[in-house]
Amino acid sequence: MPEIPVAAAPPHPMIPAPFCVQRVHREAPDTVTLELKPAKGGAAIAFAPGQFNMIYVFGVGEVPMSITGNPAQTDILVHTIRSVGAVSGALGKLKRGDIVGIRGPFGSNWPLEEAGGKDIVLVAGGIGLAPLRPVLYHILSNRAKYGDVFLLYGGRTPHDLLYKKELQRWRSQSSFQVEVTVDRAPASWHGTVGVVTTLVRKVALNPRRVVAVICGPEIMMRFTVREIERRGIARSQIYIFMERNMKCAVGFCGRCQFGPNFICKEGPVFRADRILPLLAIREL
Amino acid sequence: MPDHFILRREHFHELLEALKARGYQVIGPTVREGAIVYEELSSINDLPIGWADEQDGGSYRLKPRNDQALFGYVVGPHSWKRFFHPPAVRLWQVSRDGKGFQFEEQEPANRKMAFIGVRACELHAIAIQDKVFLGGSFVDSNYRMRREGTFMIAVNCGQAGKTCFCASMNAGPKATSGFDLALTEILDGGDHYFVVEVGTMLGGEILQKLPHELASVTQMEKAKNIHAATAKQMGRSMDTAGIKDLLYGNYENSRWEDVASRCLTCGNCTMVCPTCFCTTVEDVGDLKGEHAERWQKWDSCFTTDFSYIHGGSVRASPKARYRQWMTHKLATWIDQFGSSGCVGCGRCITWCPVAIDITQEVRAIRETDIRTKEYAEKNNGNT
Amino acid sequence: METLEGILAEHPFAKDLDKRYLALLVGCAANVRFDPGQFIFREGKEAKQFYLIRHGKIALEVFAASAGEITIMTLGAGEVLGWSWLFPPYQWKFDARAVETSLAIALDAQCLRTKCEADHDLGYELLKRFAFMVEQRLDSTRLQLLNAYEFHA
Repeated sequence: MPEIPVAAAPPHPMIPAPFCVQRVHREAPDTVTLELKPAKGGAAIAFAPGQFNMIYVFGVGEVPMSITGNPAQTDILVHTIRSVGAVSGALGKLKRGDIVGIRGPFGSNWPLEEAGGKDIVLVAGGIGLAPLRPVLYHILSNRAKYGDVFLLYGGRTPHDLLYKKELQRWRSQSSFQVEVTVDRAPASWHGTVGVVTTLVRKVALNPRRVVAVICGPEIMMRFTVREIERRGIARSQIYIFMERNMKCAVGFCGRCQFGPNFICKEGPVFRADRILPLLAIREL
Repeated sequence: MPDHFILRREHFHELLEALKARGYQVIGPTVREGAIVYEELSSINDLPIGWADEQDGGSYRLKPRNDQALFGYVVGPHSWKRFFHPPAVRLWQVSRDGKGFQFEEQEPANRKMAFIGVRACELHAIAIQDKVFLGGSFVDSNYRMRREGTFMIAVNCGQAGKTCFCASMNAGPKATSGFDLALTEILDGGDHYFVVEVGTMLGGEILQKLPHELASVTQMEKAKNIHAATAKQMGRSMDTAGIKDLLYGNYENSRWEDVASRCLTCGNCTMVCPTCFCTTVEDVGDLKGEHAERWQKWDSCFTTDFSYIHGGSVRASPKARYRQWMTHKLATWIDQFGSSGCVGCGRCITWCPVAIDITQEVRAIRETDIRTKEYAEKNNGNT
Repeated sequence: METLEGILAEHPFAKDLDKRYLALLVGCAANVRFDPGQFIFREGKEAKQFYLIRHGKIALEVFAASAGEITIMTLGAGEVLGWSWLFPPYQWKFDARAVETSLAIALDAQCLRTKCEADHDLGYELLKRFAFMVEQRLDSTRLQLLNAYEFHA
């Protein structure tokens, strides 16, 4: 049975290692999932769910991206990329055989240890499902270690949903409950329409034994935390995912600071009781 | 009791020569373009002999002294961070190799440096940056290579400036650690000499090469008196009692709006501050697409680019940026690195074009502390 | 000088409200004024009052890092600000800020909830008015959500 993956320290934190694109899968008009292998062979990257890499495109630049694959599969590295700028745009145009540079893994991880023996509710908004997917993979490989598991996922429209085939597979199996919603949809969509926070009311959560992990745009996370708290769950049982400008990923450039926290070191995963007071401060 | 010796002024040039003979690149203060800056020294004549500096909020001038002191000034716009943590560093180069690429890590210069004239506040600042770059889970190998083996000659300040407040920050004026040799310059009638405190074995070895004698009790007393007098001369002061909680509790204090109405977000303070370390990373490629480099360059939290994400800046307003700088320097730094980020050198006050005074801003926040009951009442609990 | 009762009676919220209920409301009311830029309430804080706006303009906002403040709705004279006081956990979900100098009648939430529990007819009158307001806002929100001005694929 796979161990809980440990947050690994990168061998050469400042120098990217070349990785080769094996497969490109288009998730949505502006989003692709890349499967990568080390260009020089060998094991890919041992990471803990929640961690991220810095991905380098030759001559263009580098961006932080959450690792979204199965932590037990160390031969392949998976990233889901939404194209919004120069580097992510270039990543969105890659083809099989192209090479990128990878530095990592960096950052803190989702609380798989702490959640052992408990129920878990995962709430994802938009691209926020990507950093949460490794948690699901780990749970599925270690199902007996966890109680009831719920995935609540919201996207803008049915087109924008990630991992569509996998979502269908997950919905059709019975080891955990999956609820999906979109903000708006054509009539051909027979699923739920409404904001993702409304899904929280649809699941039976036992406040004394549930851990909530939430990932998505900041406003969505703030509102979701409130909804989860209304179900009686303590802030110390809720985890969120923070993002800020990031360049070095090793705590030297100072850009990712959020109060006293370096998101590249203390984050991106944070326990809600520790971070929510900071979220209330505008322009922190 | 550490050993104290006397090095006479007429023999001072031998100190530089002994260091050069050992292969050190000797770096120290020199006058250039109306300021005292740190550069490589070719001889003792490069030192700012007979010069003093007059500083206050938003003002810096050199003025001649009525003596020939070598170190009769305080601190200028340069700090020693430019040598350990340079303004621009090439991290690596990369060249295309078929479909892939080859990385080449940058090797920093091998030459050891010797610093002459490091102030107590600057020694503290170096120790603070050591914590940032060497004391965490990742080590900056470029910083380490430059830092290791640097010979440090400290100078205890014989005068404090109008913007100095190292005494408040427990960072001076006397150097207590982190040096190989520490000098106190004494001009006594016609007598001109240095009381030398030996800090390390290496310092002792260098001193052995120079003409020197054991310091007398009187001479050591003179040095002590200078240290005490300087400590009393501080132009500014900062009350650091509970400062971390004070700033953590005052993010919404309207004083930040007040300072923002003055702050130009020029970033001078971050450039001259000896502990500010923030950088940006730039990837540059050549036109042929065959060669690329990564550079690390000094940056400032005062730029809107610094906090840019998802199409906008998190700290869009000048208020948020000034608040970030000051709160980091005096409060969050303590949680991150175990000490204040400020050493009381006063450079940020001197080099601010609009004379914003960090000690005054702290004072103002204390006076309008929104955590106090009367403040909450005044605002009807509407905060 | 106009009495608080008089001012309250003029507000559309109190239209057709029986005199004795008006008197009950007055017992929980106070005149308030907000300067431009002043926050009326903040996201996450306890909803202790709600407001009948008499004059001015108030923005309901949500703050997003790197996007700044996003105004989701503005309210003006004759409108009602705040319904989070009605249901637990009695916490504001958004920020409210005066865009211009604004005058309003503040009604104490705890005071009013107590009176409504004691007199269900009062409660019914208030909830009727709130339900109407919620329905109107919901319709607006739906239209806003649809990006109604764009042509849809």
